[in-house]
Amino acid sequence: MPLMLKRFNIFLKYKDLLKQLVQKDLKLKYRRSFLGYVWSILNPLLVMIVMAVVFSTMFKRKIENFPVYLFCGQILFNYMNQSTHQALSSINGNAALLKKTYVPKYIFTFAKITSGLVDLIFSMGALILVMIATGARFSWHFLLFPWVLLQLYIFCLGLGLFLAQANVFFRDIQYIYNAVTTAWLYLTPIFYPIDQLSPELMWLVKHFNPMYFYIGQFRDLVYNHQLPGPVITFAGCTAAVLMLAIGTGSFLKNQNRFILYI
Amino acid sequence: MRKHKEIMIDVNHVTIRFNLASQKVDNLKEYFVKLVKKELMFQEFLAVIDVSFQVRRGEAWGLVGVNGSGKSTMLKAISGILKPYKGTITTRGNIAPLIELGAGFDGNLTARENIFLNGCLLGHSEKYMNEHFEEIVDFAELWDFLDSPIKNYSSGMRARLGFAIATMVQPDILIVDEVLAVGDYKFKQKCEKRMNDMLNNGTTLLFVSHSIDDVKRLCDHAIWLDKGQAVMMGTAETVCEAYSPI
Repeated sequence: MPLMLKRFNIFLKYKDLLKQLVQKDLKLKYRRSFLGYVWSILNPLLVMIVMAVVFSTMFKRKIENFPVYLFCGQILFNYMNQSTHQALSSINGNAALLKKTYVPKYIFTFAKITSGLVDLIFSMGALILVMIATGARFSWHFLLFPWVLLQLYIFCLGLGLFLAQANVFFRDIQYIYNAVTTAWLYLTPIFYPIDQLSPELMWLVKHFNPMYFYIGQFRDLVYNHQLPGPVITFAGCTAAVLMLAIGTGSFLKNQNRFILYI
Repeated sequence: MRKHKEIMIDVNHVTIRFNLASQKVDNLKEYFVKLVKKELMFQEFLAVIDVSFQVRRGEAWGLVGVNGSGKSTMLKAISGILKPYKGTITTRGNIAPLIELGAGFDGNLTARENIFLNGCLLGHSEKYMNEHFEEIVDFAELWDFLDSPIKNYSSGMRARLGFAIATMVQPDILIVDEVLAVGDYKFKQKCEKRMNDMLNNGTTLLFVSHSIDDVKRLCDHAIWLDKGQAVMMGTAETVCEAYSPI
């Protein structure tokens, strides 16, 4: 327990560093582009329009208000995909720094996942625009969205920490993970309804795809105007806590050996 | 008199292990090949072997030795970047490591932004950096270039900024690794003056340099490292005398 307390104190000491790193990511992302932060809203919007046009013509059975249905899944999956890919290289990418100063190493991974979250909040603005443009109904359920984002954030943090430490020892992970996320994208009901899958596959996705837990909950709140069921909420929380435990456990166990490999 | 002062750095039979790059297992294929050949336990390289010394408050120690003798590794271990493989290192108080000036600078950020980022990397709070901002820029003499991206800076300017940020505190232990070689003559003098001021105020100094004169001038004690082992240890004069003919 004293060790955890000590770690927590160190984290408090470096919390401003976390803030600085997140600010740095956000500042540099759009520096010297004319539209700047507007891209954070415009970019997901443009991608959504392309996907909506492509997929709404492909599916025979029409999904009601397809743009909102698609957008709910797309922004959450994008957040997971981008932030974990960034987190994956957060330790190797800062090798020069880690060799020369003492900083808690997880701060870099933490910062990447957090700056992704800020981007996701911007995308929420785009989501609201899409909902207004398509004349979707708003209900008070919408206001509960931070609860789902919190679960997703914790899940991504765990996954990011796990990937970052694994990538220090095996650089192959980044290429493997590319393929994994592509498969993951198609196994998550983002642009198709879940009942289009075969029964076996549907069972697997419903039980073992964490992104389904989060997108499902999010859609319940935003798209279906209802509270998510207890099972999917429980599954989402469990997956988040479990992933965080695996991530921090493996990271803390291996972090003293990083310096020998980076 | 000195015997009564508290021990600031206690290096106790320290051995530091390195993984030689040629032995790295970088990908899964290599991993399995090595696993089958049972070569997975890579050949280790000991950068520092069984070194012990104690530094008391206010002392200035120089580390001398040829390239690759383990001086920088020793400093990194004392700063907490590397963990010793065997033995223990105990330090007291806050450490300002000047291992590479401006190691945390991001070329695309402006100097102003980098000062905050770098200060936070050294463990300061934003509030603290706000309070000391002017002092840093004054010392680095960079008011004119504050809002340019740091990638446009010369190496000397970067070093100045890095030194100013790192030495803004009155640290208990100051660790300097051959960083003063970049700046111009005037700035070098300014840095030395600041280091001397710190020493007079009770800071403990660890200093690596290939310039024997610098070591003699700044330090009162010295260690001579060779191939990771401490060959000689004592007052700066005697160690430098013994080392310099080589």
